[in-house]
Amino acid sequence: MRAPSALILGTVLTYLSIIVALPLAALVWRSGGRGAAGFWSSVSSPEALSALELTLVVSLVVALVNAVSGTIIAWVLVRDDFRGRSVVNALIDLPFALPTIVAGLTLLALYGPRSPVGINVAYTRAAIVLAILFVTLPFVVRTVQPVLLELDRELEQAAASLGATRWQTFTRVVFPNLLPGILSGVALAFARAVGEFGSVVLITGNLPFKTEVSSVYIFGQLESGNTSGAAAASVVLLGISFGVLLLIGAVRRWTTRHDA
Amino acid sequence: MGITVRYVTKRFGDYTALDDISLSVPSGSLMALLGPSGSGKSTLLRVIAGLERPDSGDVLISGEDATELDPRKRGVGFVFQHYAAFKHMTVWDNVAFGLKIRRRPKAEIRKRVAELLELVQLDPFAQRYPSQLSGGQRQRMALARALAVEPRVLLLDEPFGALDARVRAELRTWLRRLHEEVQVTTVFVTHDQHEAMDVAGHVAVMNHGRIEQVGAPRELYEYPSSAFVMGFVGPASKVAGAWVRPHDLELSLEPSDGALAATIERIVHLGFEVRIELSIQDGEAALVQITCDDLSRLELKRGDSVWVLPRRSRAFAEA
Amino acid sequence: MTRKLALRTFALGYLAAILVGPLVLVFYRAFEHGFGEAWSAVTTPPALHAFELTLLITAIAVPANTIFGVLCALAVVRHPFRGKGLLNAVVDLPMALSPVVVGLSLFLLYGRTGWFGSWFLARGIQILFALPSMILATVFVSLPFVVREVVPVLREIGTDQEQAAATLGASRLQTFFRITLPALRWAIAYGVVLTTARSLGEYGAVSVVSGRVAGKTATATLFVEDRYQSFDIVGAYAASVVLALMAVSVLLAMNLLRRKEDAL
Repeated sequence: MRAPSALILGTVLTYLSIIVALPLAALVWRSGGRGAAGFWSSVSSPEALSALELTLVVSLVVALVNAVSGTIIAWVLVRDDFRGRSVVNALIDLPFALPTIVAGLTLLALYGPRSPVGINVAYTRAAIVLAILFVTLPFVVRTVQPVLLELDRELEQAAASLGATRWQTFTRVVFPNLLPGILSGVALAFARAVGEFGSVVLITGNLPFKTEVSSVYIFGQLESGNTSGAAAASVVLLGISFGVLLLIGAVRRWTTRHDA
Repeated sequence: MGITVRYVTKRFGDYTALDDISLSVPSGSLMALLGPSGSGKSTLLRVIAGLERPDSGDVLISGEDATELDPRKRGVGFVFQHYAAFKHMTVWDNVAFGLKIRRRPKAEIRKRVAELLELVQLDPFAQRYPSQLSGGQRQRMALARALAVEPRVLLLDEPFGALDARVRAELRTWLRRLHEEVQVTTVFVTHDQHEAMDVAGHVAVMNHGRIEQVGAPRELYEYPSSAFVMGFVGPASKVAGAWVRPHDLELSLEPSDGALAATIERIVHLGFEVRIELSIQDGEAALVQITCDDLSRLELKRGDSVWVLPRRSRAFAEA
Repeated sequence: MTRKLALRTFALGYLAAILVGPLVLVFYRAFEHGFGEAWSAVTTPPALHAFELTLLITAIAVPANTIFGVLCALAVVRHPFRGKGLLNAVVDLPMALSPVVVGLSLFLLYGRTGWFGSWFLARGIQILFALPSMILATVFVSLPFVVREVVPVLREIGTDQEQAAATLGASRLQTFFRITLPALRWAIAYGVVLTTARSLGEYGAVSVVSGRVAGKTATATLFVEDRYQSFDIVGAYAASVVLALMAVSVLLAMNLLRRKEDAL
């Protein structure tokens, strides 16, 4: 390898090691601090399991809701035309730009104890779903939009000319093309949901076995000094994140399988 | 002087792109590297430019050994098939780029760029961006840019391949005239035999990483050294074991000594010329070329039986 | 026609309930007791320090990740090597990982009993509960954005322009600064905006490593939480408004740049 390439690669690898790889290695190492048995008992403690179950269920619900609502919003933004459409389009990115703690606060303002619309879901599981729906809003929308934009209208016209109803055209022609975009958006939303912390920490009250998600559980364990317990649960979340990334990669390869 | 390539071999994994190639390009000449896809012609051009390193062999430019030199030190101008225009710079800045890199005085740059833009007839477009130009204009800009730094050698990789037929024809003539004016050693790559024969003073025919024959266009056409060259450089048919050009096959309604029986399959009118597709007695297909006057005189039509006599044919040792 | 209207109503209604309603209310609550009170809440010394700290951390994290991002994209696209898939996964990981896990891993690495912790502490250098760890946390979570924006563009540009520059006499460095970088400028700009947004808004990881010493290691987001926990509602919402305004500026920048990218 020629000198500049080696230099670039060396710099990149060093940076990544210091910033990402070494901390995560330390995490994995310390999670095994009390041996495999210790690890297992940490992650299978009732509170940890309850938190994990809640986290996964909520994330799944959020992912499914986003699959539908995200697709519809993307559809409306691409195919429909109304005044203020570009403003709405820009707003979609807001949950990404807004700090999660502020997101939690804004939801608390509208759907908490002093709610002006009379809806109070604070300290409930519904609140968790709500908070995570907010922060994951952009994901499916932004992965589906470009696919819709690129989708040739002629495909739908061809289907119509061959006698397909609108529903058949959608399910047989349009939807299969949208599916990879929806899936990668859903995967990203799921990953984000599993790890979400800032927006849920205020609105949910973090009651163990009731409204405590894994990230909050980990935080609590750390505060009470149980670092290897926190580390063990963290490794579980790390594994889920990695798994989701591999899934997204697989979806990407599957998407391009028909490409030249 | 000019360019000398000696025993160059280049492999990409298992695939041999250049197989022990040697070639001499006379100084100041205009040579075409002609061949089908995969013949190695682009690879050879890029090896001369230094954009690829050969596995073995040498490249000499103007007598100097350039084999180990970076492209930037070889003094070669290179024109790409898809222009490689610097999209974020104006036409002016594109052409001036090489001179700015060499830190030439501003006045000199201004003068030279203006001269070149006039030469390639792009002076009204100096402040436009490449995206605002047509394909032909972009390629002329690319040429001006390559010439700006007074290269010892000008290399063009299928320069007209991305353009439509009419523009291609215009630019062919234009390139020939440009070469007459600028007189720098020029090599261009093409798979189009008409282009090679039309533009170049010398043609090197390549196939499977080897050079089949080098010579003037007429030489290649009349005295091809192999069946491949004969068939690539112009239309040819195999008749009775030898190769013959369509206009060297004599057509008549009467048999004669050495003539073969044939049936007319198809008559194609190409203006003054008429090309007739025949099938000869043993089923082989052949092409004959006659004038439209002859066609009317003989009153030929599809299905007719005729006699063909090869006036001049070449036999090659089967490879 | 009615189907279109139904879809539109659903979409806009959903957005109003989840997105717009809450945001509008934050502004309302912040200024409920007058502009003056809101203003004084965000101009107290701890508040100003918190915003300063956020901006300082961002001012360090963004350039670092931008330079890294461009170099990483070059490595991935132009110089293929074995293990590239693993590299891509590691680069993408911060986007999929919980911020608390990020904070914890830094805590374990630089804590008293961590691999690096003892080394730094022995030399009197404070990493955890101080600025360095907060910078490291922020750099970690905002790492992928420039890379992800630049890689596809770099791939699409191809090498022709760079080869042309080489034949015209440009050195590798000259080619990089005059040809490659300008071609990437919109992708880099967009990536910088995303990185900035992520850095400004970071909460979870920084929360773990900072120790939340109010007035010392509290960033703007930590300040918001602190005000809320202290029942200073106006303070919490006022600071949120400032952060929301920063977010809206980021949105505008994103929108502008997206149009620039499409126009080319």
